[in-house]
Amino acid sequence: MLEIENLHVAVGGKAILNGIGLRLNAGEIHAVMGPNGSGKSTLSYVLAGRDGYEVTEGDIRFEGESLLGLAPDARAAKGLFLALQYPIEIPGVTTMNFLRTTTNAVRKARGMAELDAPSFLRLVRERAKKLNVPDEMLKRALNVGFSGGEKKRAEILQMSLLEPKLAILDETDSGLDIDALKLVAEGVNAWMGPERAALVITHYQRLLKHIVPSHVHVLAGGRIVRSGGPELAEELERVGYDGVAA
Amino acid sequence: MSETKATDIRDQAGERYKYGFVTEIETERAPKGLSEEVVRFISAKKGEPEWLLDWRLAAFRRWQAMSEPKWARVHYPPIDFQNAYYYAAPKGKKARYESLDDVDPELLKTYEKLGIPLQEQKMLAGVAVDAVFDSVSIATTFREKLAEAGVIFCPISEAVHKCPEIVKQYLGSVVPPTDNFYATLNSAVYSDGSFVYIPPGVRCPMELSTYFRINEAETGQFERTLIIADKGSYVSYLEGCTAPMRSEHQLHAAVVELVALEDAEIKYSTVQNWYPGDAEGRGGIYNFVTKRGQCRGARSKISWTQVETGSAITWKYPSCVLMGEGSVGEFYSIAIVNNRQQADTGTKMVHLGKGTRSRIISKGISAGHADNTYRGLVSVHPKASGARNFTQCDSLLIGPDCGAHTVPYIESRNPSAQIEHEATTSKISEDELFYCMSRGLDAESAVALIVNGFVRDVLQQLPMEFAVEAQKLVAISLEGAVG
Repeated sequence: MLEIENLHVAVGGKAILNGIGLRLNAGEIHAVMGPNGSGKSTLSYVLAGRDGYEVTEGDIRFEGESLLGLAPDARAAKGLFLALQYPIEIPGVTTMNFLRTTTNAVRKARGMAELDAPSFLRLVRERAKKLNVPDEMLKRALNVGFSGGEKKRAEILQMSLLEPKLAILDETDSGLDIDALKLVAEGVNAWMGPERAALVITHYQRLLKHIVPSHVHVLAGGRIVRSGGPELAEELERVGYDGVAA
Repeated sequence: MSETKATDIRDQAGERYKYGFVTEIETERAPKGLSEEVVRFISAKKGEPEWLLDWRLAAFRRWQAMSEPKWARVHYPPIDFQNAYYYAAPKGKKARYESLDDVDPELLKTYEKLGIPLQEQKMLAGVAVDAVFDSVSIATTFREKLAEAGVIFCPISEAVHKCPEIVKQYLGSVVPPTDNFYATLNSAVYSDGSFVYIPPGVRCPMELSTYFRINEAETGQFERTLIIADKGSYVSYLEGCTAPMRSEHQLHAAVVELVALEDAEIKYSTVQNWYPGDAEGRGGIYNFVTKRGQCRGARSKISWTQVETGSAITWKYPSCVLMGEGSVGEFYSIAIVNNRQQADTGTKMVHLGKGTRSRIISKGISAGHADNTYRGLVSVHPKASGARNFTQCDSLLIGPDCGAHTVPYIESRNPSAQIEHEATTSKISEDELFYCMSRGLDAESAVALIVNGFVRDVLQQLPMEFAVEAQKLVAISLEGAVG
C-alpha cells in the first residue's frame, strides 16, 4: 500500500531524513519508534504533504502512485490520514461543523454522495459514542479548550469518519492516561481491517501493548537503523534506543 | 431584449461576482452633472412639496461650500461630481408604481435572478421587501399584511405624501443635512429609499428588508432610509445591495436615520455586496455612507450588524447616540477586503444618558493587497454616569501584502464610566491551514472554514434567514485569496 523509497527530506535547508526505506502492505500495522529529534514527526508531515518539508531525493508511493507534488487534501482524498501529536485549535468552528465539512469534502473527492444533515448526525453520534465523545464536545469549537485526551479522541473520531486506507498516528499516546489510551487504541483497532494499514509513530512502547504492530522500525538520525517484529519493541524497552541502535 | 449582457471586464473579474449582470432596460435620467436644476428635476420627479425642495436646495448650497473628508485611510483619485448622473429610473407608464402590473417584466426577472422574487406567489416567507432599482422603488411586498399591524413600510418618496408630518418631523433629525460632505450631497439629491414607522407597542410581525440595486452606468445611488420605532415597539430590518460589474467607479452615498423612542428596539442588519472591482482595482462602488441611530427614549436599543464584503472603497460608521437613560447601542461588524479593496469602517457610540451601555464587536479580514481599518469612537459625556462600553476588535490577515489597522478613539468625561477595549491581530497560521487540508479541504475551503469560525460571533447576530447566505458570501469574497 505504502512504499517509501530512499527518502531524503530537508526542512529549511537542513537534512532531517537521510534515506528511509519502508514498505507497508494492507492489513499491516507498522510502528516507527525513535528518540526525540530522530525525525519521527518529519516523517509523518512529509507523508501528509505539509508545505516546507522538501523531498530532496527518493519517492513516496501510495497504491503504486507517487504522492510527491500532491497537496494534503489530495492525499486525504486518496485515503491517507494523519492523527497529529498536537491537534490544532480552530476557533469558532464547532467540532460538528468541522467533521461534517471535512467528511463531505472527502466523500465528494472520492466520488461518493455527500451526507445530508440527518444522516450525518446519525453517523457521527454512532461513532462518537464508541469513543466516548459526548454531544457537548461536538458543539464546542474544535480542539479549543479540549484536554489532551479529548483532543486525541477527536482525532480518532475524525479518522473513523474520513475512513482512510492508511492512518499515520503521530505520538497519539502522548498526554493520555491509561483509560484514554485504551479507548483510543480500541478506536484504531475497530477501524483496522485487512484492506487497511497503519503507521504508528511513537516514543514509548506502551501504546504498542494496545495496538499490536506486525513490524517495528527504529528511527535514529533520520535513518531506519533496525527493523523487526513486535519483539523489537520489547527489546527497546529493556535496553533503550542507545542499546538497539548501537 | 437580452436578459444580460457580457461586458468586457467580466472575464477579467472571473465568475466570482455573480450579481455583475446588467439589466437592459430603457432608462430616464436627469441631465448629467450636479446643479440646482438637477435638484429641482429630482424633486419634481417625486412630486415633492415645497418644503422638501427648499430643504434639498439648502443642502445643495451648503454642499457647494464643503470639501471631501480626507481623514479616512483610503486612497482614490479625485471624484468628478459633474461627470455622473444623479437620477436614473426605468421608463414606465407611471412615475410611481401602483402595483406589480406596472413593472417591466425585465425588472421582475432581475430581482428573481438576485434571489429576491417580488411576485406574490414566490415571495420570501416572513420577509417584506422594498426593491430599489437605481433611483426608484419598484415594489414593496406584504404591504397589506404590515398595514394590519399598523406598520408603515413604503418608499420614502411615497411616505412624503402619505404621512408628511412624520417625515417632516424626523427627516434630517438624526443626520442633519449639514452633517458631512456625503450626507449633505445625499440630502440634496437623494432619490428613494425605505421608510418605516412602527406604532407604539407593536412588534413588527415580519422582517423588513430593502434590496438596493444599481444598474445604470455612470450613475450614483443616493438613497435615504428613515426608520422610526415608536414607544415599546420592535423591528428587525435588513438591507442588501448589489451592482453590475463596470470598469468605472460608481458612487453610492446613502443616509440612514434610525429613531428609537422609549423601550423601543431597532435591529438593523446590512449585507453589503456592491461590486468590489476587479483584481487590479478597476471599477467597483465607492460606498460612502452615513448611518446613525438615536436612542431617544429610556431603555431603548439600537443594534447594527453589518457584513461588508463588496465595494471598492467602504467608508461608513453606523453609530448610536444614546440619549435615553439606560439605552443600549450595539455594533457587530464583519468587514472583508480582498484584492485592491479598501475599507475604513467602524462605529461611534456616544453616551449621553445615565446608565447607557454599548458593545462593539468588529471582525476585519484582509487578503490580497487590500487594506482594512477599524475606526471607532466611544464618547462618554458628563451626564452619562455609570456608562459602560465593551469593544473587541479582531483582525485577520491572509497573505503578506494586505493590511489591518485599528484606530480607536476613547473620550470619557465622566469618572464613573467603564470602558473596555480588546484588540487582536492574527494571521491564518500554517498549522491551521495544513490541519484543515490534511482532512480533505482544498486551500480555499480551508480558509473559508477558518474565517467563518473567526466571524461566527457576528454572523450569529444576523436574522436566521440571512445568516446562511452571509456565510456563503464570506467564502466567495475570499476566493483567490490563497495561492
